[in-house]
Amino acid sequence: MDERLVTAAIVVIGVPAVLVGYILTSERLLGLVDERRRSQIRPWLWITPALLFLIVFLVYPTINTIVLSLQDRAGQAFVGLANYQYFFSNSGTLESLGNSVLWVVFMTGGVVGLGLLVAILLDRVRYESVAKSVIFVPLAISFVAAAIIWSFMYQFRAPGATQTGTLNAAVGLLGLEPVAWIQTAPFNNLALIVIGIWMWTGFAMVILSAGLKGISIEVLEAARVDGATEWQVFRNIILPLLLPTIFVVATTIVITALKSFDIVYTTTNGNFGTDVIARKMYEEMFTNGHFGRASAVAIVLLVTIIPFMALNIRRFREQEALR
Amino acid sequence: MQRVFTNWRRVTALAAVAVLAAAACGGGASPTTGNKVSVIGTWGGAEQESFLAMVKPWETRTGNTVQYTGTRDINAVLTTGVASGILPDLAGLPGPGQMVEWGKSGALKPLDDVLDMATYRADTSSAFVDLGTVDGKVVGVFIKSALKGLIWYNPNYFAGPAPTTWDGVMGTSTGGAEALWCVGVESGAASGWPGTDWIEDFVLRQSGPDVYDAWVAGTLPWSSPEIKSAFDAFGDVLDKSYGGSDTVVATNFGDGGNPLFTDPPGCLFHHQASFITDFFKNQGGAAEGDFDFFAMPDINPAYAGAFTGAGDLFGMFNDRPAARDLLKYLVTVEAQQIWVDRGGALSGNTKVTTYPDEVSKRSAEALGSAKVFRFDGGDLMPTQLQSAFFAAIVEFAQDQGKLDTILTELDAASTAARGG
Repeated sequence: MDERLVTAAIVVIGVPAVLVGYILTSERLLGLVDERRRSQIRPWLWITPALLFLIVFLVYPTINTIVLSLQDRAGQAFVGLANYQYFFSNSGTLESLGNSVLWVVFMTGGVVGLGLLVAILLDRVRYESVAKSVIFVPLAISFVAAAIIWSFMYQFRAPGATQTGTLNAAVGLLGLEPVAWIQTAPFNNLALIVIGIWMWTGFAMVILSAGLKGISIEVLEAARVDGATEWQVFRNIILPLLLPTIFVVATTIVITALKSFDIVYTTTNGNFGTDVIARKMYEEMFTNGHFGRASAVAIVLLVTIIPFMALNIRRFREQEALR
Repeated sequence: MQRVFTNWRRVTALAAVAVLAAAACGGGASPTTGNKVSVIGTWGGAEQESFLAMVKPWETRTGNTVQYTGTRDINAVLTTGVASGILPDLAGLPGPGQMVEWGKSGALKPLDDVLDMATYRADTSSAFVDLGTVDGKVVGVFIKSALKGLIWYNPNYFAGPAPTTWDGVMGTSTGGAEALWCVGVESGAASGWPGTDWIEDFVLRQSGPDVYDAWVAGTLPWSSPEIKSAFDAFGDVLDKSYGGSDTVVATNFGDGGNPLFTDPPGCLFHHQASFITDFFKNQGGAAEGDFDFFAMPDINPAYAGAFTGAGDLFGMFNDRPAARDLLKYLVTVEAQQIWVDRGGALSGNTKVTTYPDEVSKRSAEALGSAKVFRFDGGDLMPTQLQSAFFAAIVEFAQDQGKLDTILTELDAASTAARGG
């Protein structure tokens, strides 16, 4: 039998068995404690496995990454903030930082804007579910596959030769010269961001559409009866009521945009001025073998994401408080 | 790098124990047949088929099986593999630079008692034996080799005679072709490498093997006049290339020579290693007889007969009897002849002398007759520098005006890669 099957069987049967065993044992142990204390201790016992996983797979690696980011290439000596100094002074990393900002701004704007537009427009048609499914499908494609599909679309052949790329074939039909979409800075960044937008618009649409359905029809009817135009209904009623949902979607996309790696890696590998910080991290780690710098990039990425997470959590709490 | 991993190892060890235990049980007190040998390499498509054909007779004879996985990202796969200790039995190595690192750290097992060293030395050119040797021990062998610096043309459009000087090549009338050269440097994460071959050929032919060695070793800076002059010569080629700079950076190396075969032709010449014939036939729509080559002429007569080349290195990570046996088989004339017969490869074994067609026969002869032979310089550089070299080619091909900045950056990358 294949060794991997044995391993898989051990995992599939073993892991639940261990967990059930843990709960049974802990319940038995709880039986020894008096009734009142039991309900105080039980939640902690139940949460312990999850906490352990969190510590081993999240807290420990984070702390270790922080430590590595203060060390040299091989993690043998402390070098203070040298890796961060490199990050903020090297022209290559600064360029990737700038591009990541472009990703955050344009991808978030594009995904949320288009997602909202599509959600609102499709809310008014009969074939809504079919159209939504079609728009949602790209999210199911892996980033690498999507990037490859789009690099075929963006393909560039010498002017005069048969254009095999979809976009340049179309441009050719209009009698124009082919465009090197992903090779020409600075617009190639946008060409790559479009791939991200294409993938994630479906996600924003689904969430926003659900939010839209949650707005009570009476409120909208009342506004319309009072003579509000459709734009006024959207601007003054739908948008404010949808804002918390938009915020959640935007946070998710901001984080996705900051972490975007696959598209750039697959289409340009950071050439042509399209590098982003996540790819820089990969390069420092796997190409350059520089654990210090790679960890420093990871920490910069983490620190950039934290405010968005914090804002989101605060908003969530505010909403909870309103209920 | 090793030290960092020790921390990780303790954690991964727990998880890995289960997996390895299962694997070990499978290996056990090994009978001579029925074993599986895991192999990772960069070959896909036609090359993968050739490799599988190469190991087929061994599988039939021993009853063992080869589990081959092809990946273009072999560097990342093996780097993480070395860190976690979960490695294939045998693997194609990204290049001699990486091999030296893993040879020194002990990840790659020495092959001196695996191979019949006397036969291996007798059958292999000393340059290849040396390239596979780390600290006096052989850790890498060549599965196949390629001769670089060949200039390909379509005999239907260029009747010759082959120019004997570099100026002669550059001065050739394009005739009905749109441009003199076809250049394509796109290659996914390794984009730029075809241009590094150009630079290496120019450095070797313009300034000779000593300068070449000093440059590869990092003692001669990139900003020195010798290297700059090689880039300038490549720039002249780019100026005369089909479609201009956007085409050069957007065209995949495998499609690079395709305009040779269009009517009217896009270009007259294409500079590429001997393996490209496979692509001409499979992707360029060329038939046997539509392509031929002449060797890139000498530039400085003091260094006549100089060639660059490369090869696919192979090493052993797990010392298991079946893996040893397979590796031993792979360097034999019998095994290497199989790939050679299928086309697109020159042998690493000098005893392989029968070639399936005129073109590969002549490239093998050129390889054998080279007065000066140097291995692909980029492959010998540290990975970080090689990758910067690739990116530099793309940047240079797109905007030659940036040359000085590019060379300064390469000097910085060289210092950083060599632990500065």
